[in-house]
Amino acid sequence: MILLFVSLFSFSVNSNAKSITLGWAAWDPANALQELTKEFTAETGIEVNFEFVPWPNFADRMLNELNNKGKTFDLLIGDSQWIGAGAVYGHYVKLNDFFDKEGISMSDFSPATVYAYSTWPKGSKNYYALPAMGDALAWAYRKDWFDRPELRSEFKKKHGYDLGVPANWNQLHDMCKFFQGREIDGQKRYGAAINTERGSEGITMGVTAAMYAWGMEYENPNKPYDMEGYFNSPQAVEAVEFYRKLYEDCAPPGHSDAYMVANLDAYKSGQVAFQMNWYAFWPGVSKEDSDGRVSGFFANPKQNVAAATLGGQGISVVKYSDKQDLALEYIKWFARPDVQQKWWDLGGYSCHNDVLNSPSFPTSTVYAQGFLDSMGIVKDFWQEPTFVELMLPMQEAIHDYVVNGKGTAKEALDKIIAEWVEVFEADGKL
Amino acid sequence: MSVKKKFKGLSDKAVGWLFIGPTVLLLLAINIYPLVYAIKMSFTNFYANKIGREPQFVGLKNYIKVLNKEAIWEKMQVTASFMFWTLLLQAIIGLGLALLLNRKFKGNELLTTLIVLPMMLSPAVVGVFWTYLYNPQVGLFNYVVNFFYDLGSFDMIGSSTLAPWAIVIVDTWMWTPFTMLICLAGLRSVPNYLYEAAEVDRASKWQQFIYITLPSVLPFLLLALLFRGIENFKMFDMVVELTSGGPGSATELASINLKREAFEKWKTGYSSAFAVILFVTIFGFGNVYVKVMNKIKER
Repeated sequence: MILLFVSLFSFSVNSNAKSITLGWAAWDPANALQELTKEFTAETGIEVNFEFVPWPNFADRMLNELNNKGKTFDLLIGDSQWIGAGAVYGHYVKLNDFFDKEGISMSDFSPATVYAYSTWPKGSKNYYALPAMGDALAWAYRKDWFDRPELRSEFKKKHGYDLGVPANWNQLHDMCKFFQGREIDGQKRYGAAINTERGSEGITMGVTAAMYAWGMEYENPNKPYDMEGYFNSPQAVEAVEFYRKLYEDCAPPGHSDAYMVANLDAYKSGQVAFQMNWYAFWPGVSKEDSDGRVSGFFANPKQNVAAATLGGQGISVVKYSDKQDLALEYIKWFARPDVQQKWWDLGGYSCHNDVLNSPSFPTSTVYAQGFLDSMGIVKDFWQEPTFVELMLPMQEAIHDYVVNGKGTAKEALDKIIAEWVEVFEADGKL
Repeated sequence: MSVKKKFKGLSDKAVGWLFIGPTVLLLLAINIYPLVYAIKMSFTNFYANKIGREPQFVGLKNYIKVLNKEAIWEKMQVTASFMFWTLLLQAIIGLGLALLLNRKFKGNELLTTLIVLPMMLSPAVVGVFWTYLYNPQVGLFNYVVNFFYDLGSFDMIGSSTLAPWAIVIVDTWMWTPFTMLICLAGLRSVPNYLYEAAEVDRASKWQQFIYITLPSVLPFLLLALLFRGIENFKMFDMVVELTSGGPGSATELASINLKREAFEKWKTGYSSAFAVILFVTIFGFGNVYVKVMNKIKER
């Protein structure tokens, strides 16, 4: 009896020891990863438990966990902006030695993703994550409406060029406005579902898509943290003004606090001709095309320069985990080219060069070429350890200007710089 | 040894302490200690997310910073306006409903139950479903407004003019039943002989209301408003779900801003100072209010 009890107890201890927990946001790619991970469990016998947190609470939940040195997660697929805090505050395990030992080379991954998701300080050879999920802000549009001859000819007559993938933001505005309030198949339609969310990062991710395309820089390249004349340059001001014009002229009614899900809903319900969203959602959008809806996809249009807002995440081992060895085993498995190929096939966005450089990749899906284009031009928000402190004033000031219509774009950007200076001063950077 | 025998030697005072001891300990652990700790932190430059960085004493710097920050005063104004309108509306409508339900009519109980339903819902759930009710395209609220007066498409939570009213309406919808219930309790405590005497003295219904009903129910109404005032001063969940404090900062109440400073920016020292200021404010107002209420009761 005692032997039986001891053996049962040891089995239970062993089974617990052979499991790890991975934290990520609750969205389509997370489900694909769960599916993919079954192969890891089959190969290694290590169970992987998942905790997926809805996006609006994702940062709060995960960052609180890290700040409290929580042991809930062994692996974390954290947002690109967290890498600074992860490294500086010691939340993430530095992976250099592990990569060297296992022969995992960062040169096997797309340089933009390594830079954005793995390194701190930026561009250094200190790696705190393996690029897990490439992503950028892009656009989907109703190709079936665009292909209608009567709409095409009316648009051409009005604007003098063809209705199609917009070559720049001005054309995007023309097209969005063309659909605003238009009746199609007996229903009133609108231009574009764009990011306007106030609470987390939505409107910042949206407006920076325009600001980057206008050529905005956060700081003087020769004098770090010197933002005056860069972040509030005339181009940046123009971009913010343009984003407000896009919201006022082309967003559906009530689209004043919208991000990923709200944009998807507006698009899927047939309200809008365009939606701004992350590549992560395109497999789902494409798969769910029905009732005559045909979706087209394109990278963020250029204006003065070609640029796109970076999304995506790297996978990191949590420093406070008691099962770092098992978590590292998962990363070793996930870095394998064959696993990366399956990851892409299942709807995840691999950052591995073998996948991205494969001749069949650009035509493997309708959005693959756009993804390749985007990943070459991505720019990210501050990745400083204080990124939340930097994000919040931007959310407030931009929302106040774009949605609330308060003040001017220049005033909004000046206000943001003033807040950022305070943050950098408190952090000893200025 | 029996329990009776074991406690035989305890004095009444000791038994009293035995009963209240756990509560006092709990109160010390979850109320008093955090309060004292927050006061201590408010004099430092502590950041809870900056691991390994020792907090330094900064004196009154955080308090001066909070009180000199224009944005903080904007949030306080938003909070004051929210409190004023919600309390006013809840007082008027709550008292009106209580007067209505104090009459005997068929279906009184059913109507009372239906009116009380909103306050039984979770504030976060209420916030979420009112975002749908306020939706300019499919929302019931906009439909009803347009049914009576055609305003066309309007966005209650996307407009800085309307959004403050949007949160006032939802809070009033949800919490007027509370004011109503307290007032109803007050109305039912008024002895009938007062009205009978008034009838004998040929007092009109209006005079009965002014000289009997209102003075009798006023202490109850003030008590309800005190509870609602304290609750609304720290209102958070419903407004976050409904507007996230937006558009811009049009509905960013002091409590929402405090949460952002404390648990998103992790400015622990600064936000502790802000929390202490809010605590002193509500504590001060509460005390003055209770004194006024007691004076009204004594009259």
